[in-house]
Order: sequence, then C-alpha cells, then structure tokens
Amino acid sequence: MSINTLTRQVYDINDLNLWYGEHHALKNINFPINKKEVTAIIGPSGCGKSTFIKTLNLMINMVPNVKMTGEINFNGQNILDEKMDLVELRKNVGMVFQKGNPFPQSIYDNVAYGPRIHGIKKKTHLDEVVIKSLMDVALWDEVKDRLNTPALGLSGGQQQRLCIARALATKPGVLLMDEPTSALDPISTLKIEELILELKEKYTIVIVTHNMQQASRVSDKTAFFLMGELIELDTTSTIFSNPHDSRTEGYITGRFG
Amino acid sequence: MTHVLKVILQEDSDDGVTNLSTRSNFDNNLKQLNELLLNMASQTEKAIKEAMLALINQDMEQAKAVIDGDNEIDDMEHEIHDKALLLIARESPVATDLRKINVALKVSSEVERMADMAVNIAKSAIHIGREKHITEIVDIHKMMEIALEMVTESITAFYSEDISLAQRCAKRDDQVDKMFGSLIQELLSFIPHNPNSTNQIIQLAFVCRFIERIADHSTNIAENVVYLVTGERINLND
Repeated sequence: MSINTLTRQVYDINDLNLWYGEHHALKNINFPINKKEVTAIIGPSGCGKSTFIKTLNLMINMVPNVKMTGEINFNGQNILDEKMDLVELRKNVGMVFQKGNPFPQSIYDNVAYGPRIHGIKKKTHLDEVVIKSLMDVALWDEVKDRLNTPALGLSGGQQQRLCIARALATKPGVLLMDEPTSALDPISTLKIEELILELKEKYTIVIVTHNMQQASRVSDKTAFFLMGELIELDTTSTIFSNPHDSRTEGYITGRFG
Repeated sequence: MTHVLKVILQEDSDDGVTNLSTRSNFDNNLKQLNELLLNMASQTEKAIKEAMLALINQDMEQAKAVIDGDNEIDDMEHEIHDKALLLIARESPVATDLRKINVALKVSSEVERMADMAVNIAKSAIHIGREKHITEIVDIHKMMEIALEMVTESITAFYSEDISLAQRCAKRDDQVDKMFGSLIQELLSFIPHNPNSTNQIIQLAFVCRFIERIADHSTNIAENVVYLVTGERINLND
C-alpha cells in the first residue's frame, strides 16, 4: 500500500465481523474510508448499516453481548485494541442521529458542552468555538440573538443543525450521521444536504440514509449493505448509473428491499 | 401490420404479466413508452416503404401522402419525449431504469430522422415526376431492402435488449455503404451521356444518400441498445 493511499485513508477496516449474541450482524467487512469524502451507506432495514456506522466510534460497545473480530484502523490505530482511549476516539469522531436531540439547555451550552468536558474553561475561547461551530452549520445568523434561550425551542431542522454544531465543537476529523434527515421536512433536509457538501471541505463524513436520492446527491462513495454483507462499494456515480452487482441494481431501482 | 410490430408482438406473447414488482407503476409506464416508440417505428417503416414505392411507381399521390403523414410521426416523438420527462420527474429512475428512458429518447429521435428521410425520398420522387427513369433502379431498391431490414432489426434489438442482434444489424451498414459508393459512381457516369436527365440523376443520387442515412440511424439505434444493456458506449458506425 502506497504512502499516498495510507494518508488519504481515515479508516481502513479489515475483515470486520460482528455478532449480537448468536446473530452474525456484520460479515467480513473490508471498507476503506477516505479523508474529506462523503461516504453514504444504503441498504434495506436490518442490513447492518446502522450497526456498521456505530462501530466507527465504538458506540456499538453500549449494546450488550456484542462481539467483534477483525480490525478497524482509524488513522493507523486499531480501535478494537483494548488500549484504545474511547473518550479520545469519540472526540475525534462526532455523531448525529435520526432526530435532533439537543440537551435541555441553552443553545450556547449545547455547543459548549463538548469543549467544556474536554477542558476548555476560558469564556473567550468557548465563545470562539461556539460561534465557529454555529457558523459552520449555517445556524449562526438564525440564533445569534438568542444564544441563551432553550435549544428545545428551535425547529426540528435547526435542532438537527445545532446537534451537528455540537458534534463539530470538539473539532473531530470525522462526522458520522445516522439518517440525519429522516425526521425533517424537505427544505430542512436540503439545508442539511447543502451543509454536508460544505462540511466535506473540512471533515470526513459517513452517512447512513434510507433516501437514495440523498445518497446520490451528497456522497462521493456509496456502499450497499445486504444481510450483514458489504455487497458493493464504489463511486456514487457508478453505483447509481451502472452498479456491478445485480442486488445493488435491484435495491436502488426499487425492485426489492 | 408492419414487420417491426409483427416480430415484436410475437416475442411479447411469451412474456406473461406476472409483475409483482415494487415498481410496477414505473414498469407499466416504461412499457407504454416503449409501445409508443414501437408504433412510431412501425409508422416510419411504413413511410419509408411507401416513399420507395412512390419513387418506383412514379406515384405522386403516394409521395404526397408520405409527406403529409410526417406530422403524425413528429407528434408521436413529442408524446414520447413528454412521457419520458414526466417519468424522470415523477419516478427519479436510476441505473438501468434511467438508461432505458434515456435510450428511448435517443431512439425516438433517430426514428424521427428516419421518417424525415422517407419524406426526402418522397420529395425526390415528386421532383423526378413522371419522367422516364434513365436506368432500372433495381440496385437502389436492393439497398433500400437492406436498410429496411436494418430498421426492423435495430428496433427489435431495442425492444428485446438483444446485443447480438444489434451488432449484426450494425455490421450490415458496411454493405449499405459499399452499395452507396458504387451506385453514386454509376449514377454520375450517366450524366455526360444524358445531360437532359441531370435533375433525375441528382435526385436518384440524393435518394441513395437518404437510404444510406436510414442505415446509419439504424446503426445509431444499435449502439444505443449496447449502451442500454451494458452501460458501455461503443461506435458501430466505423
């Protein structure tokens, strides 16, 4: 493997297998993820896509009876190694979920939460991080006059962008998004999609989505999972114009799943 | 019923309607789109034959009917384009589904150009009028028969997504090109000895060119069939 390939890759996943108890949920996954690219993960319900994305920051460890084998190399370090510092990992790999889940605190405190627990105490420094994060998610103009009001007063789309800002505040290199727009209206969805395209200038993004058009609009690479297997991983243009595997074709054209 | 329709409807009768696809609405609409295209191709095939008969039999009425009938074929093309755009807008097709629509659009344009060639042949027939033919136009007729077979083959290949038929069709284009070259030479050689028939000779040379173009449009359709099935673009016109 050339140095170029190594430096471009954020994740290099080799022969990853995962079991929930007896259930073999991920089977021999080999999956490189490149820096500053958007990788979309698609597949029918129960195919393992959410399980997979949760392995990338080891959120999966919170599920009881999970067993994994193989390697998940993140910036050259196997995160399945017992010595892995999970706090450090999750600082570097932010995550947002299906529905915006702000803390019942002010807008400011939501974004400042991560930097605070990672030791930033100085108000000016915190202000800087909060402003920058809110600007990065194009929310600053909408909330700058009400930073101390409850975050739960924001609209669904704004809450989701706030959660992305909260994830960005710890300056992660990677942002994981698990169906980030499935609870949003079409305009809020398009705003998040625009945001993804802007964020990829700075971040590596992995997005799980049920919305095929979303995957085709925002991602550089698309991976199709089926029954725990990675069936096809290729450029998004190939997957949506001429996929190699007939199962991928069947899924994206709506013939099954 | 024209040859194109006969061949295709025979093949279609085996295709039982047991479609439980999750995209049955899309599939039905796509099927309707292809049927419209088949009708258009069938009308065009008929127009080409009639234009040729008008030329051979020096039948001015038939030539005029071909010219008048072209509007209907143009309307069919517009209908196909409208339906295809609506399908894209409403169903967001991808991969093979999108290629099918894209190819249907392209094929309809090729067929429309072929129909224009039929009109051109009919116009040449009118230009020649009832002037006695200076030569037997047997070879032109032969070239036309091959070109018409190519039309049928290319449309059948499109409908049945048959690459080998598409490739066979494209190969015959070489034969048409050769016939075109020698016919033009032959026709031009008549000019010095028949200066009063120059108009007729030029019109017949034009007809040869129109037939050669019909064969080229069939080859383009064949190329689109290969693209439809494989996603690869190839040039069969060389």
